[in-house]
Amino acid sequence: MYNCSDLKKGLKLMVDGEPHVIVAFDFTKPGKGQALYKCKLRNMITGSLFDRTYRSGESFEPASLEDRDMQYLYQDESGYVFMDQKSYEQVHLSEETLGDDKYFLIDNMDVKVLMFGERAIGITLPNFVNLKVTQTDPWVKGDTAAGNNKPATVETGYTLQVPSFVEEGDLIQIDTRTGAYNTRVKE
Amino acid sequence: MAEPNWRLAGKRDRLMERARILHRIRAFFMDRDFLEVETPHRVPGNAPEAYIAPVPSGDWFLHTSPELSMKRLLAADYPRLFQICRCWRAAERGNRHLPEFTMLEWYRAQAAYQILMDECEALFCALAPQGRIRRQGRDIDLGPPWERLSVAEAFTRYTDTTARQALAENRFDELIACEIEPRLGWDKPCFLTDYPAELAALARKKPGNPEVAERFELYIAGLELANAFSELTAPEEQRARFAREEAQRLQAGQAPYPVPEKFLAELAHMPPAAGIALGVDRLVMLLTDAATIDEVVAFTPEEL
Repeated sequence: MYNCSDLKKGLKLMVDGEPHVIVAFDFTKPGKGQALYKCKLRNMITGSLFDRTYRSGESFEPASLEDRDMQYLYQDESGYVFMDQKSYEQVHLSEETLGDDKYFLIDNMDVKVLMFGERAIGITLPNFVNLKVTQTDPWVKGDTAAGNNKPATVETGYTLQVPSFVEEGDLIQIDTRTGAYNTRVKE
Repeated sequence: MAEPNWRLAGKRDRLMERARILHRIRAFFMDRDFLEVETPHRVPGNAPEAYIAPVPSGDWFLHTSPELSMKRLLAADYPRLFQICRCWRAAERGNRHLPEFTMLEWYRAQAAYQILMDECEALFCALAPQGRIRRQGRDIDLGPPWERLSVAEAFTRYTDTTARQALAENRFDELIACEIEPRLGWDKPCFLTDYPAELAALARKKPGNPEVAERFELYIAGLELANAFSELTAPEEQRARFAREEAQRLQAGQAPYPVPEKFLAELAHMPPAAGIALGVDRLVMLLTDAATIDEVVAFTPEEL
């Protein structure tokens, strides 16, 4: 069982008998009052979103999901295709189900596919992926402030803020849990 | 590390603004003849409060606020005091909460809480001389007087119940946090005033209406910035209220506190007074239009 101090973005729990994932989380506490845990939950089967606020003392059942090791193959009109490398069984996940995770998929990447019974309902990515920068403004000579940033687009179409010294063609490491730039990577 | 810490370097503008704000706060209070004091951060105990958990430090605790020490100074005839210091509260971490944060507290002898409202207005005039701030694309007019809204009126206006009923159903905090707070202080800052007496362990009850305490919180753009009250100066009533809060703390499984006997003994000498605690990190968030508290401090606990 989880309790309130375990709640965080990405945690998967059973709510009303169905698996849900916390997509946004905030701790808050009014003045001298009780701690409150504000969650935005996504039903992992229907995709519907709703807000719920919990108070300390409540407990939660972890979602009964199974992780299966699979490989990402390709995208086609049916969605994103993954294959179990032992059984060669293929599963399809829709763009809607994957959400922003779709931006961090690279062909032949190993991922964990989340199964609720026989149904694939999501994936767990590695914490970091390396992606090539396909577009960003050139580095301005003389810009030495280490904290300056600019937008960049990577090969999957994802856009994020990067330090000004990152150039087109650079390989960068992205934290898939936050979607944020982490570091440059030498090829 | 191959690269500089880009996220840390990117905070430069806000950290510079934070330093300027701290300077202006000090100038404001010194101009008004307040004495800046420093009291110990490590103490044998804090004022017991049901929902504030202290961080232990050896056999003692880190302070959750400098309140008790500053009141002992008031009782020893220091009439105007302010302090800017770090405070610690266990397990408080969110977009507007840090377990270690910076508090500004000020106290005035021979005053009630209304004077602190006027003083908040004056402080913001000094911090934002242009008279307005922009938050999340909306302009907030800082020109005094600001809105004064009682807790009772706020429940009538923004919820389907009353403050009394919400308290009885243990929904008071949730309704404040989820329904009321997000709507307060968007046109002008708002003082939410006159809290139910049981939610103000160290505040004086309102003369003529003992159901409520002379306590207010300041909200600007949905952000809770300060908590203030007219101080309770009756030692025996204070002792009884501490005992009630301590019982609640123990019930919630927290470690027991020693009774702050020195504070209670000296409280008898404290003049009528009013005091306020204002969150400096949130103040910087507001003045720099930062979405989260993480953006206005150099390091968050996760980065250490």
